[in-house]
Amino acid sequence: MATQHSRSAARFMMAPAVILLLGWMLVPLTMTLWFSFKKYLPLRGGDLGWVGFDNYVRFVSSSSFWPAVQATLVIVLGVLVVTVCLGVLLAILLDQPMWGQGVVRILVIAPFFVMPTVSALVWKNMFMDPVNGLFAHLWKAFGAEPISWLSEASLFSIILIVSWQWLPFATLILLTAIQSLDSEQLEAAEMDGAPVLKRFWYIILPHLSRAITVVVLIQTIFLLSIFAEIFVTTQGSFGTRTLTYLIYQRVLESQNVGLGSAGGVYAIILANIVAIFLMRIVGRNLDA
Amino acid sequence: MARSVTTNRKHANTVLAWGVGLLIFFPILWTILTSFKTEAQAIASPPVFLNFDWTLENYAIVQERSDYMRFLWNSVIIAGGSTLLGVIIAVPAAWSMAFVPSKRTKDILLWMLSTKMLPAVGVLYPIYLIFIRLGLLDSRVGLVIVIMLINLPIIVWMLYTYFREIPGEILEAARMDGATLREEILYVLTPMAIPGIASTILLNIILAWNEAFWTLNLTAARAAPLTAFIASYSSPEGLFYAKLSAASTMAIAPILILGWFSQKQLVRGLTFGAVK
Repeated sequence: MATQHSRSAARFMMAPAVILLLGWMLVPLTMTLWFSFKKYLPLRGGDLGWVGFDNYVRFVSSSSFWPAVQATLVIVLGVLVVTVCLGVLLAILLDQPMWGQGVVRILVIAPFFVMPTVSALVWKNMFMDPVNGLFAHLWKAFGAEPISWLSEASLFSIILIVSWQWLPFATLILLTAIQSLDSEQLEAAEMDGAPVLKRFWYIILPHLSRAITVVVLIQTIFLLSIFAEIFVTTQGSFGTRTLTYLIYQRVLESQNVGLGSAGGVYAIILANIVAIFLMRIVGRNLDA
Repeated sequence: MARSVTTNRKHANTVLAWGVGLLIFFPILWTILTSFKTEAQAIASPPVFLNFDWTLENYAIVQERSDYMRFLWNSVIIAGGSTLLGVIIAVPAAWSMAFVPSKRTKDILLWMLSTKMLPAVGVLYPIYLIFIRLGLLDSRVGLVIVIMLINLPIIVWMLYTYFREIPGEILEAARMDGATLREEILYVLTPMAIPGIASTILLNIILAWNEAFWTLNLTAARAAPLTAFIASYSSPEGLFYAKLSAASTMAIAPILILGWFSQKQLVRGLTFGAVK
């Protein structure tokens, strides 16, 4: 159908995007790989030669590695559990007939559009501050001792902030999926006397399973690299130093580029493992 | 009777949903309210909700002390510039993939997406180094390019899904009538593609506006956009809640408004067609 002429035109039109992305991927990636096998300290002697896999070994055997893995896992899993569970409930709620549905949707989605530095600082100061924060006032009103959230319950606080940002995303996607559910099936089940919980468990949840998978995969990729939320709240202290933040500190703060690059390679591998699963689902949909 | 049951249920749903919605929206509402308080009222105990002396002084102070307009302008340039540049590069690519698909089209699309999954921190130093060498550190041009590149896969992908919805028969009819490729693009395709392109631009401006890894790490005084400006409030001096709120309100207001128009595109743009 397509002529030879249009084929070559198509290739020509695709070229800029393909070449740019290829360069954007290959150049920095090659450099990171290159640095990761070197002892490279820009402020203390510069390039000190090849060291083989030394950086890779040192990165995982440093005392801050496992705590960073743990912090990353707790934050990612915590946010996933909160956003998916609340997202499913909210999506079901928003799917019900009500007055002012459009306005409620807008209210629920709004946090997604707030830039990360704003939401982190607003939560940190105006809600979680142990003296002037709203939570402190609330705690005092009930006669309890105010908590200094970001140091005493640091991981919980970060999870709360990030979940608030990502709940709209999960809700919106799950809502889209619920709206494609055949309502006759639900009505039939209701007429047959299936109780609410059974209808949820056997009809709604299976229907949502793919949307939930997509939410989990996409959020995992973004959550693995959250940065601003930690940068402006705890700066990685109080056990909130994630892998991303650890690599950032190695590379830019202590300027140990070799070591940080080895960490970067680990992060890239980790993200790719998640990405493979996501790509499969996306690819399958592309055929359909 | 059945009808009153459903009406009751609708009442209950409405109350519950509005309650939850307001709870989720509350931090934004509180920020907006606090921006109109004096610093003393902002930390008043117990907190004041609406019964305070509304003032605009925080907005004036923020602008006066820190030249807010410069950061705003940087945000506009970076978000707008990167999106426009991205669309200019992506439209031809998406067009050819949608209308002249080959065996490799799917692989190319998926590969493009996979570049989006690259963790930024993994390539932080190389980019930093390249920026120093090319004199791009703390420049708007550099940021426009980087933000364009990180969003390019999403732009191509969104445009592709929109273009695919344009019926191919119309193009064939145009070809039959002797339209050249240029005419085909200009008079047939473009008018039908404009809504999709507009949605793509909208969502990507939002994503670029809120990007907070590269903007924090590659800018300092000159090219810093609003994300970096707000971050400077993480180590403040003295009372600053009202000023933080004013600065935050100004930083998020334009995007909140744009965002409310782009709810549908959000699903399409961020799930890459995996949820319909």
